[in-house]
Amino acid sequence: MSELALALRNELVGLGGIVERNFYLTKRYFLWDATFLLWTVANTLTIVFIARAVDLPQAQQNLLATKLLVGGAIWAYLGIIFEIVTETVAWERWEGTIEYTFMAPLSRSVHLFGMGVYAVIYGILRAGILFVAVVAFIGIHLPHANYGAALALLAIASLSFIGIGMMTAVLPLISPEKGTQLGYIAQGLMLVVSGVYYPVTVLPHWMQWISKISPATYALRGDRASVLTGMSLAWADVWPLVLIGIGSIPLGLFVFHRGERYAKKHGKLKRSG
Amino acid sequence: MSTLAAPNSIDTRPLREVPAVEVANLRKDFLRRGKRRGVLPGRRRAWPALKGVTFRMERGECVAILGQNGSGKSTLVRLLSTLLIDDGGETRIFGHDARRESKAIRRLVNRVSVEASFFKKMSAAENLAYAARFYGMTPKQTRGRIPEILARVGFPPERRNEAMEHLSRGMQQKVALARALLTSPVLLLLDEPTTGLDPRSKLEVQEFIKEVRAAHDATILLCTHDLAEAESLADRIGVLDRGELLFLEPVEDVRRRFGVATLEEAFFAATGRSFEEERPEDEEREVFA
Repeated sequence: MSELALALRNELVGLGGIVERNFYLTKRYFLWDATFLLWTVANTLTIVFIARAVDLPQAQQNLLATKLLVGGAIWAYLGIIFEIVTETVAWERWEGTIEYTFMAPLSRSVHLFGMGVYAVIYGILRAGILFVAVVAFIGIHLPHANYGAALALLAIASLSFIGIGMMTAVLPLISPEKGTQLGYIAQGLMLVVSGVYYPVTVLPHWMQWISKISPATYALRGDRASVLTGMSLAWADVWPLVLIGIGSIPLGLFVFHRGERYAKKHGKLKRSG
Repeated sequence: MSTLAAPNSIDTRPLREVPAVEVANLRKDFLRRGKRRGVLPGRRRAWPALKGVTFRMERGECVAILGQNGSGKSTLVRLLSTLLIDDGGETRIFGHDARRESKAIRRLVNRVSVEASFFKKMSAAENLAYAARFYGMTPKQTRGRIPEILARVGFPPERRNEAMEHLSRGMQQKVALARALLTSPVLLLLDEPTTGLDPRSKLEVQEFIKEVRAAHDATILLCTHDLAEAESLADRIGVLDRGELLFLEPVEDVRRRFGVATLEEAFFAATGRSFEEERPEDEEREVFA
């Protein structure tokens, strides 16, 4: 086997190891995860029931409920992506394994990408369960929904989400105490400008400009169209996501690399907080 | 090539003709804030954790570094394992520069520290499998290798799938040794591997270190508080005091140099204080060094 092929093989085995470890942890914390999912379902229901309280005909109420549900499901999905990618550092710091992981000969890009792969698999599964549970609970019928297109768009958007997650993953390296919470702030800010429960047109003009560089804007718009009208993948949603993904992954790796250097320079890997 | 050579080494094989470790004038400072000035944060100032440390280790050698808390032992281990970036000087591991070729070094080095850090909910076997994947070992390779290596460190096979949180500290430390050995390091960094262990576990770990050394071509750097442990395991002994390496010599030479009978007396002669004596500044240094 050539050196390049061997290096590539080792990196792939390492990537598999990250996914494998996350699977073990999900298995061990299954009941906690199920409880958290229940909380997410309850939280989404509090939003979706707003549609039932609005004085509108039944069909209009269902339309509004579905729009809110798509927003809730994407919020939950994004939450999982950010949580898992941010845990690249936060969880390992808490367990005390971070130094062993960071002194292993796996490239950081593969390490972070492995976390991203697992986050996408797990996030889609959870968002799917959430969607089905809420639909069943409030009794919406979605006969035209194109779930394949909705999932495909979410997968494309995930590249950008992982890239942004890599940038927030560095925060616990810089601030062991508050870094993880800053990741949640980034998630909230992204969704507020992306029209999570409302069209972006209701936002102030300057926020609408910011919404154009948020991948969540296109994911929400495209997924709503696919679920409500059965629309297939729209190029108008795909190309901005591809473009943002191409930019955000290298930027995320660069930011993480700088953060790792900072942590190694100032002895921040050692602290457990 | 070492019998412990990395299972899937690429171009990172240790070179025979170069020393295992070469450290020249190595410095590391940490920034610490002074006392608050009213509502303002205190001024930052640099605390030297290592002050121009220079030494060399030959391949297959076992060197012990003695020092009190905060002497800089852990900082030295972290610099050698590329977990810290130095502030001056040079480090070469089997000829690879620590700043420029850190990935090559990471393939050759592993470490056992005082805390046996693991994912507590995962079992010993799962933790070892996770560590092994980073070094390119597939599930097929680890299926046989993990039970074999756990058996070698005296870990009971029936507890292999038990969560780490249910294991005693001695057991956890055995798994930590197994983790380090599983990745076939040619340089093993042991940072107080027996601190806090009961006498029996301590003895078992020490026997295992001897066995690793006898059976393989591994180079070992042992940082310890334990003078007897250092004397029984190491070829040469060094004293690191407040960031300075005072000497690094065979035990007999140390005794002769200071005209004393024990290492404890040698430590006193070299540093001007007893090994147990700790000053407030040591405690403060311990926070970062």
